[in-house]
Amino acid sequence: MVKVTSTEQALKGVLNKGQTAPKKASKTPGFYPAEDVKFPLKRAAVAKNPTKLRASITPGTILILLAGHFKGKRVVFLRQLESGLLLVCGPYGVNGVPIKRVNQCYVIATSQKVDVAGVDTAKFNDAYFKKPAKVRSKKSEEDFFQGEEEKKELPASYIEDNKALDAKLGPVIDKVPYLKGYMATKFTLRSGDKPHEMKF
Amino acid sequence: MGGESCRLYVRGIILGYKRARTNQTNHTSLIKLENVNDKSSADFYLGKKLCYVYKAKTKKKGTVFRTSWGKVTRAHGSSGVVRAKFKKNLPPSSMGGKIRCMLYPSNI
Repeated sequence: MVKVTSTEQALKGVLNKGQTAPKKASKTPGFYPAEDVKFPLKRAAVAKNPTKLRASITPGTILILLAGHFKGKRVVFLRQLESGLLLVCGPYGVNGVPIKRVNQCYVIATSQKVDVAGVDTAKFNDAYFKKPAKVRSKKSEEDFFQGEEEKKELPASYIEDNKALDAKLGPVIDKVPYLKGYMATKFTLRSGDKPHEMKF
Repeated sequence: MGGESCRLYVRGIILGYKRARTNQTNHTSLIKLENVNDKSSADFYLGKKLCYVYKAKTKKKGTVFRTSWGKVTRAHGSSGVVRAKFKKNLPPSSMGGKIRCMLYPSNI
């Protein structure tokens, strides 16, 4: 320790010529950005567990949709997609439900099954259902008041795909007596019905 | 949608809050579901979504109907009454009112 004995010494600094200041472990940088620089946090990649399919749902099972536009409709389960969603189809020709994805929690599995071995579903993956990115452009004032929205049309390939499925699934459904009519009618609860006692 | 042709929910009645003689716990409501008369039947509805639909004076998003969502947490007693929690506690005015018990999330 160096003792400070005078004010001069204090002003000069406590160190004598021979003494050297101990080096700091880490020097603060001369330049420090005023603005905070954002950088992504590093997180360990979490392995996604695949969604477990309920034991009652197997390819060809007839499902009842519980929510959404098609609620109450009976559809054919084709297969589970990578995302865990179920690939289902009305088919469109029977009850108006096109090929679509649905979460298994919005579905009741029935004991009825059909044979879907002959249906090729390879092309229907999660990317197939992805909506095309919206083109956003600034509207001019005229556009805002006059520009009418164009009616969206379904892509022709989508319609064709549904027709192809109709052709495959239609005969399968026709084979089983009364199944077509069953598929075409909606499931609904009526007064006095007890869903907790039903055998689906 | 208007005039739904297919009902996919079980009707219920809001009995009130879970309570003791003097205290009530507003965060839990008691619900009686139609045709559910014992505990084992009530167990089927555990976790199912509940929807309280009510009518208000002012339109929001183009409709006067508003909803409050919750879910069945457990059975209450052995007579088929269930306890339910809502995202926002049900208002006292809802007591005695109708409620919908959806069939999802389904595990059938």
